[in-house]
Amino acid sequence: MTAFVPLGNEALAQGALDAGLSGVYAYPGTPSTEITEYIQRSPEAQARGVTSAWAANEKTAMEAALGMSYAGKRAMVCMKHVGLNVAADPFMNSAFTGVHGGLVYAIADDPSMHSSQNEQDSRFFAKFALIPAIEPSNQQEAYDAAFYAFALSEQHEIPVMVRMTTRLSHSRADVRRREPLAQNVLSLPRNLLQFVLLPAIARRKYADLLAKQDEFVADSEASPFNRYEDRPDTSLGILACGISYNYLMENFPEGCPHPVLKIGQYPLPRTLVARLVEVCDQVLVLEEGMPLVEEMLRGYPFDGGKVHGRLDGYLPRAGELNPTLVARALGREDSRPRFEVPSIVAERPPQLCQGCPHADTYRALNEALESYSKGRVFSDIGCYTLGALPPFNAINSCVDMGASVTMAKGAADAGLVPAVAVIGDSTFSHSGITGLLDAVNARSPLTVIIMDNLTTAMTGGQESAGQGHLEAIALGLGVEEEHVRVITPLPRQHQANVRVISEELAYEGVSVIVARRECIETAKRKRKG
Amino acid sequence: MKYDMILAGVGGQGVLSIAAAIGLAAVGEGLHLKQAEVHGMSQRGGAVQSHLRIADRPIHSDLISEGQADMLLSLEPMETLRYVPFLAPDGVIVADRAPVLNIPNYPDLDAVLAALRQFPRVHLLDATAMAQELRNARASNMVLLGAASLFLPLEASALEAAIAQLFGRKGEAVVSKNVEAFRAGRSVIQPA
Repeated sequence: MTAFVPLGNEALAQGALDAGLSGVYAYPGTPSTEITEYIQRSPEAQARGVTSAWAANEKTAMEAALGMSYAGKRAMVCMKHVGLNVAADPFMNSAFTGVHGGLVYAIADDPSMHSSQNEQDSRFFAKFALIPAIEPSNQQEAYDAAFYAFALSEQHEIPVMVRMTTRLSHSRADVRRREPLAQNVLSLPRNLLQFVLLPAIARRKYADLLAKQDEFVADSEASPFNRYEDRPDTSLGILACGISYNYLMENFPEGCPHPVLKIGQYPLPRTLVARLVEVCDQVLVLEEGMPLVEEMLRGYPFDGGKVHGRLDGYLPRAGELNPTLVARALGREDSRPRFEVPSIVAERPPQLCQGCPHADTYRALNEALESYSKGRVFSDIGCYTLGALPPFNAINSCVDMGASVTMAKGAADAGLVPAVAVIGDSTFSHSGITGLLDAVNARSPLTVIIMDNLTTAMTGGQESAGQGHLEAIALGLGVEEEHVRVITPLPRQHQANVRVISEELAYEGVSVIVARRECIETAKRKRKG
Repeated sequence: MKYDMILAGVGGQGVLSIAAAIGLAAVGEGLHLKQAEVHGMSQRGGAVQSHLRIADRPIHSDLISEGQADMLLSLEPMETLRYVPFLAPDGVIVADRAPVLNIPNYPDLDAVLAALRQFPRVHLLDATAMAQELRNARASNMVLLGAASLFLPLEASALEAAIAQLFGRKGEAVVSKNVEAFRAGRSVIQPA
């Protein structure tokens, strides 16, 4: 058998396929994108007829997966951490309905915000929803987690989260595969009211969910993802969650002398945690993301000063961990002198590609806005967010998917006229449409520029759900035909584009300008074939 | 045996292809590998880096500790300097002299090269120019890999086989052009 050296995301994807996956549903978002892409490109997935198309957003993806689970088959939903905010409604309620076919929520967090707006920790969401979560520490565990999570999901009729983080998602190592399982056959839930959350039923389902909590803890106590490693030096004990276990072991090449509790499944195994805290004089908590476990161990307000971690400066409060930070927390830092970065080194932020259509749109927009005061352009999430940086300095907001349209509406309602929304075609499909309907209904004086590069560019060029329908969507929502305009962002069209934008800025109603030219990166890839 | 390296460059330069070639060669030799990549926003012309670790025993961390890298292999001179805290005191630098000038405040190139020459074991080469001479401008990464190969605990034949595997889908001509670039890089420096 040839070597299999996947990214953590790819290991999880192959694991899901080998565990009998019937469908993956997702909206692209770094660092989660490669899970779904791997399945889309997998000949094995095609041979097995696995569903793997991109969804319009994370909420529609999760609901479709829940439907597949209703029909008895194993489904997985993939998204980045902030995508789970979009899908929070089905996420929370699916813990109540429970599942029929196994259902796995693969959520990839991005501590240090390499490609994100925040660094929220999805383990809080699992705890909030009262569902089990698996946090693999390496690529092999990511592969194995799929088998385990689907089995756990079907055993307890509950969705199970697999929490990934950037470093594991985007790092490769060798992985051993197992014998693939067959897909489930089509079947309906025994109780056809299982998914009907009428209050009377929901109250029963909540009681069921609460009753399962002790079973979830018992599973964690016996889980292969949780391991108590007994060692003699009890002056310190270390609780290491997920990938932080590797950073710990990296600092003890000859083996760690202290007891270690490796955590890879939640809710926490109470007995194992109690043992570590009782046996050891001090406890260091290592976790990638927010101090979830540390806060639980501190047991406010009875913190005896025994527990250390991100909340008392042993580790930074924010950002991802690494072996050097863990060495510092352990007092084991390499004392040899370190080379320093010379002061001449300049920052090199990401930027729009040479020839990017967004650059032409921003040049035209900036010129059209010259006669107005600054600070009236609300934007969104995608490559075009780089328009906030020099040389464009063209946008004034980037908050969450679709917020450009709705924030511009609110600002226009407040009297900031004209207000402009700049949103990509994929982001518009994801969460811009309903906001535009609000604006049309209110006749808000608003100019929406849809930057249509015919793809989801930032995450590597996935198809965009609204492709080919943008003008029809705007017209269908009630934008007047003469105020649905299309421009071609090219240098030679600059003057014409400035004119169109100026005309629509002057119109005191809802305008939609579609700035359409294919992303040069996807165009290049297509030419190469 | 354990060998840790940081690969550096600018998004789009081919850092991940170097990593992929070394990774294939290492796994082909039955070694363990961990390789952390950068995906997402930085790939749009920003600073990118990859941590690549190979060993004959299981590797724990996906990231290299500061002061531990055996090699810093870089496609761009200033980007080399960004990651020197990872370099071990006796670590080796292999870097291209050609700058990527996509920022307005790029420092004086002579100052950058002078700063690089301060390091105890540094090999600067004109990988971009060499690739252009070979009429394969995109293969500067393979020239650098060739130069770096003199220090790696991997056979040149294993790396060439990995290059063939990596580019095989694009045809025999592309494979031989990249192997040619690799050999050119390998012949240009004397390991100290």
